[in-house]
Amino acid sequence: MKVLIPGPLLSYTTLREVDAIGGTLTELFVDLDRRYPGLRFRLVDEQEKMRPHMRCFVNGEQVFDMMRPLHPTDSVHIVQALSGG
Amino acid sequence: MVRSTRKQVRRPKIARHARGAAGGRRSPNVLVLVATRKGAWLYHGDVSRRSWRVDGPHFLGHIVSHVVLDPRDGRTLLAAAKTGHLGPTVFRSTDLGRTWKEAVRPPAFTKAPGGEKGRVVDHTFWLTPCHENEPEAWYAGTSPQGLFRSNDGGMVWEGLPGLNDNPQYRAWMGSEQDGTPDGPKLHSVIVDPRDSAHLYIAMSSGGVHESFDAGRSWAPLVQGLEVVENLDPANIQFHDPHCVRLSPRDPDRLYQQNHCGIYRLDRPAKEWRRVGRNMPKRVGDIGFPMVVHPRDADTVWVFPMDGTTVWPRTSPDGVPAVYMTRDGGERWRRLDSGLPERQAWWTVKRQAMTADTGNPVGLYFGTTSGELWTSRDEGNRWTCIARNLPEIYAVEAAELR
Repeated sequence: MKVLIPGPLLSYTTLREVDAIGGTLTELFVDLDRRYPGLRFRLVDEQEKMRPHMRCFVNGEQVFDMMRPLHPTDSVHIVQALSGG
Repeated sequence: MVRSTRKQVRRPKIARHARGAAGGRRSPNVLVLVATRKGAWLYHGDVSRRSWRVDGPHFLGHIVSHVVLDPRDGRTLLAAAKTGHLGPTVFRSTDLGRTWKEAVRPPAFTKAPGGEKGRVVDHTFWLTPCHENEPEAWYAGTSPQGLFRSNDGGMVWEGLPGLNDNPQYRAWMGSEQDGTPDGPKLHSVIVDPRDSAHLYIAMSSGGVHESFDAGRSWAPLVQGLEVVENLDPANIQFHDPHCVRLSPRDPDRLYQQNHCGIYRLDRPAKEWRRVGRNMPKRVGDIGFPMVVHPRDADTVWVFPMDGTTVWPRTSPDGVPAVYMTRDGGERWRRLDSGLPERQAWWTVKRQAMTADTGNPVGLYFGTTSGELWTSRDEGNRWTCIARNLPEIYAVEAAELR
């Protein structure tokens, strides 16, 4: 499936949009980390939770459940939350 | 004088420990490593420590808590970094910052069993090379409090369960509210140069602790330390050491800048003595950093801050000064020549003041307002060598070989 990568993670992918596979968000991030080592831990903490200032949208819907089922035709957008300083 | 290099620096020449006309040891080439809230900068000094070439920023936009040069090889750098959005990691360079490689497994706590709330490393705060006989091995202290070790030069990090998973220690670490404004921290990881298994660590909050078995077991070392009024010093959780340092000249001599004063400890004794009582009353003995002379266990420097009333954490009266003792804390002398004489409301954080090993010793500190100051004569005269940096979190002085 297509995964849109936010600017802060382009140092890993170099591409704004990449391909990855997975039946859930957890599996998708594992696959992304296999393709782009180190990326996953910047997004997901050691307790398997999305980091507080990162967000994930599947087909335009914001998703918090890492076990959310995914389909090959889904579109996943990873974005950074509107926060900072 | 500072010269700027827009491109990556060339590999510095190997420093020669040349001897001057009088036969004294001259200073080697010093590399000052500055970690800030928005990136890292490296300042390459010449032999005289008068001229500085800046290399940076590295990791622009990253919150860099610490950058350390490995003294065992004189060229490997580790940097602890995160951003406001992305999780924490560690970067390694073996070419003095020309290229960086990210850790394969950064410090991270053990995953909690299902249904339990596990801890999450917010940032790696402190980096310490292990003993000189353990090349490639490093310790890392994190926020919240955790201790990690890498045996491969910072690529793969493992937690030390004797501390991280110890129920007693977890209780002493307190909650997220029991630490500094940007999170509770494990810091001041100290390796006894005579014994690789003999370690000290400090936690804000959580006290000072000692291990004789490379971190498998720990014992508190807080006797004599004061805590905030109305709290019980017998409760380890209430202890807030800001910075602990060991004398390179005499590894049995420890100094500590604490939330409640300046202390000294001479091992094997276990009771700290508050030598900060000898500081001028109008200045007090509250601060963050502590620096020990590389060749004289009786000489240390501190940077007092205002710890009165609501704890402004600024220079007292807006007039910054370093204080030095030459007799182990019995008498203190103000060193402020060259520093602002009024309206300077910055201070210096616990990792942001350090010394080189030159003769005379060079001192360096970075401020919360982004200034980098140095003294080439052990604090008698201060010069600002960089302004307008982001808030400075850590300053290390390393020697290139």
